[in-house]
Amino acid sequence: MLSTLQPPRSLSLLPLRRFQSSKHIVSAASSSSTAPVTSPPQSQILTTRRSLLSGETTAVEIAKSYLSRIRLTEPQLKCFLHVSENVLKDAQEVDQRIAKGEELGPLAGVLIGVKDNICTEGMPSTAASRILEHYRPPFDATAIKKIKDLGGIVVGKTNMDEFGMGSTTEASAFQVTANPWDLTRVPGGSSGGSAAAVAARQCMVSLGSDTGGSVRQPASFCGVVGLKPTYGRVSRFGLMAYASSLDVIGCFGSTVADAGMLLHAISGYDRFDSTSSKQDVPEFQSQFLSVDHFECKPLKGVKVGIICETLEDGVDSGVRSATQEAASHLEALGCVLTEVSLPSFSLGLPAYYVIASSESSSNLSRYDGVRYGNQVMAEELNKLYECSRGEGFGGEVKMRILMGTYALSAGYYDAYYKRAQQVRTLIQKDFKAALEQNDILISPAAPSAAYKIGEKKDDPLAMYAGDIMTVNVNLAGLPAVVLPCGLVEGGPSGLPVGLQMIGAAFDEEKLLKVGHIFEQTLKGSSFVPPLLANVA
Amino acid sequence: MSTTLLKTIQLNQFSLLGTALIRRRSNNVSVRCCGSQTATTHEAKQTSPSRVAPKNHKSNKLDEILRDYEAVIGIETHVQLSTLTKAFCSCSNNYGSYPNTSICPVCMGLPGALPVLNSKVVEFGVRLGLALNCELSLKSKFDRKQYFYPDLPKGYQISQFDIPIASGGYVDLDIYVVQVDLNRAGVPLLEIVSEPDMRSGVEAAEYACEMQRIARYLGVSNGNMQEGSLRCDVNISIRPIGQAEFGTKVEIKNLNAFSAMSRAIDFEISRQALLYDQGKADQIVTETRLWDEGAQKTVTMRKKEGLADYRYFPEPDLPEVILTQEYVDSIRASLPELPEAKRRRYEAMGLGMQDVLFLANDVSVAEYFDAVIGKGAEVKLAANWIMGDIAAYLKNEKLSINDMKLTTQELAELIAAIKDGTISGKIGKEILFELLAKGGTVKGMIKEKDLVQITDPAEIEKMVIKVVSENQKQLEQYRSGKTKLQGYFAGQVMKMSKGKANPGLLNKILLEKLNAKD
Repeated sequence: MLSTLQPPRSLSLLPLRRFQSSKHIVSAASSSSTAPVTSPPQSQILTTRRSLLSGETTAVEIAKSYLSRIRLTEPQLKCFLHVSENVLKDAQEVDQRIAKGEELGPLAGVLIGVKDNICTEGMPSTAASRILEHYRPPFDATAIKKIKDLGGIVVGKTNMDEFGMGSTTEASAFQVTANPWDLTRVPGGSSGGSAAAVAARQCMVSLGSDTGGSVRQPASFCGVVGLKPTYGRVSRFGLMAYASSLDVIGCFGSTVADAGMLLHAISGYDRFDSTSSKQDVPEFQSQFLSVDHFECKPLKGVKVGIICETLEDGVDSGVRSATQEAASHLEALGCVLTEVSLPSFSLGLPAYYVIASSESSSNLSRYDGVRYGNQVMAEELNKLYECSRGEGFGGEVKMRILMGTYALSAGYYDAYYKRAQQVRTLIQKDFKAALEQNDILISPAAPSAAYKIGEKKDDPLAMYAGDIMTVNVNLAGLPAVVLPCGLVEGGPSGLPVGLQMIGAAFDEEKLLKVGHIFEQTLKGSSFVPPLLANVA
Repeated sequence: MSTTLLKTIQLNQFSLLGTALIRRRSNNVSVRCCGSQTATTHEAKQTSPSRVAPKNHKSNKLDEILRDYEAVIGIETHVQLSTLTKAFCSCSNNYGSYPNTSICPVCMGLPGALPVLNSKVVEFGVRLGLALNCELSLKSKFDRKQYFYPDLPKGYQISQFDIPIASGGYVDLDIYVVQVDLNRAGVPLLEIVSEPDMRSGVEAAEYACEMQRIARYLGVSNGNMQEGSLRCDVNISIRPIGQAEFGTKVEIKNLNAFSAMSRAIDFEISRQALLYDQGKADQIVTETRLWDEGAQKTVTMRKKEGLADYRYFPEPDLPEVILTQEYVDSIRASLPELPEAKRRRYEAMGLGMQDVLFLANDVSVAEYFDAVIGKGAEVKLAANWIMGDIAAYLKNEKLSINDMKLTTQELAELIAAIKDGTISGKIGKEILFELLAKGGTVKGMIKEKDLVQITDPAEIEKMVIKVVSENQKQLEQYRSGKTKLQGYFAGQVMKMSKGKANPGLLNKILLEKLNAKD
């Protein structure tokens, strides 16, 4: 199949450079003198815009090339639950606007994958659950509406762990997504489809959702940029709730700039979401200078705290050294590096699972089979609830509903839910203190690189433990970006490892600036999975 | 509703409202301290001993039993708010609209939909809280109350659990109101919970009636019990007098009139007292009972097995409700005069209690009355017209005072015209009915029908002389001692004047002529 691919013209737009693999430790660092020089990754959004405006190519051409890549790679990857029938039609509209000389929205012609728990009008939106099989919402999520208003094209709906509950995308009711770096491995989760689709260049950017790391961990596993904004930065209206006080819509891109520009497009107060913030949304784009404009120490004086608890036992040595080398790279860029301790760090994981499960037990009550979704006929009302939910929900979802119901029950509330909320306050305090001393904090995005499909399927606790790096950020409501910083051994050509940068609330701007400079100056690797290199 | 209240007072002579007014009149203050039943009873006995006469519909035996027990009654009142839109979305909030016509993704509970609090609901909550003398929480929050039910699309109700918007209030029935909750998704609802402070059906019914009055005065709800806009659930238990702990609590629902509420509670007290008396107290179980209006008794609806666990937790989709002191102050400043203040004011004007209760009962009547006296009409006269002929007319025609053609301006003019003698009281009444039926102005009516009273003594004298001279026979009889015939003469003169002669003048001149020694 792959060999029959004729590289479409617009593929030349894509920075499809393959990592030069070596047999041993494959982490990249600026200090490595042996690494080959590669040009820094380029923004897909900006490249698309330039080529559309210059007439070098058309939106239809670009869309066709992506669709053909989806056709070629999808049988192996299974990133999408649904591919839109309207991609070419939408692209034609963009071309017509160009032909008429009309103004182009900043996302004109940009092909965007959307996690299946984000409502898209008239397009299936199932949260990868049987209980919503064939459900097509009558409205667009606010984020989708904004994207469409700016000219963006929804390519399709990406696979995920059912209702966002999982860290591997194996808990989808419909299919298992493979990691483009190694088809025998998981892409991470729960936004595994969105991460893998960007990694495999099936779309330029994508939306995910992040409740406990569901954007950042798959970004790390798939070698793409994953941006989790501050809680309240993006409207949750139209995002199917998992844990409302933690859920945020996040962005994937193959560059920091792409993730940042997508975030800018979907950010802002929304009167349909009372928890959305009225904070101004700054113009992130000015941060994304090209390398030639960087000063010699472009991050001079930026204070970076490395969270020491994240480099302790239980973290793979390859991940640890990649993180340390990333820290050295930041230092080389002028950052002032210190070690920071967050005493409450280890309390976050249990608190997260109590709060998220509690809220989910309530949020998922609406799926009762009465008004929409999977209904199992029964003679009696309680039986209808029982059967519809019993057959509609998968095992992981049922387990979390049960855990949450238990934690909220009379007599247990104080010991679980209330205590977890107290822990949450502690975590917020610790982060606040650390971020008063530092501009950003860094840590690995996950304790390991992508693991094998099925490896943790029967060991939920081991899977939950993998969320240790990310859940605290959700509990504190802070923004964080994960970007590839190196590779560790595994798979046909190494497995990517992500670095997590955490910022102060509503200071995505600083994160994006540091992230962009880090990415553009990181030498030695470009994070394109081998699958793609073969295709190209 | 006015009739309900008056009926209540007539039928049940143990009205707490009555005693409250009397207490205040005797300057016996400390309204909140009198929360316990013994104090109130005592007060009532002192002021009006006849009021504690046993109720005649109960046997003496039952009365004896009842004397040994004390009822403990708490009421949960649900007030459906008359906001234009629902509580958490912008769908219209219409009673009686077709099923499923006022719906959107939010109230359907579609995936991804989020609630947004209607600020009017908060405003109404604050208004009611202030009217009930509550302590307002400047910071309150919403919670989710979870259970499955077909008309509960999200599987939870958005409600206030442990931090209500207002708490610690009281009404001037000496009843503590614990809290006002903002409640339930969809249709906006305020929940007013009382302490278990009430002791009888009448007292409870009067409490509920005052809630209705307050809600209507504030304009937060139409308060219609039939539509379910005002719903009262009663919790009731009894205990032997002197026992500190409460008995087993029974809930009564389906009370759609104040009179039903009063009767249901009294029935339930008797039922429980009898069971106690027969040594069958264990048959009083935690349950929900319905009032059967036909059979005039309460019947079991469902027995509760243990307490339902609603797994309350803070609603993460809605931020805390933060009120500023300025906001609260501005609402306080905009509060209308409330029923209790109105009653006191009317009382101070010198109106009797029956008048006070009638006029203040219905906010529209009270507003009408206030407007009439605001235009200079004498208080007692205005009250009499409104409570007498006008009320009778409205009742007959099944009209509300707001639909009436007689404007406040015209009623004030009518009263003034009678008072200054422009027209007689009798003609005043005729004009009133014309105005009620057709509208128009008093001045126009008087002019059109030439109804101005004749007050010119010369003119009256002329008529008197004519009548006297035309009735010589009767004059002789009068002068020979049959003085009753004065009435006959007066009637003849009045007839000649077409009823317009001033009766006082007429009689004075007539007497002069009849008794004249010519």
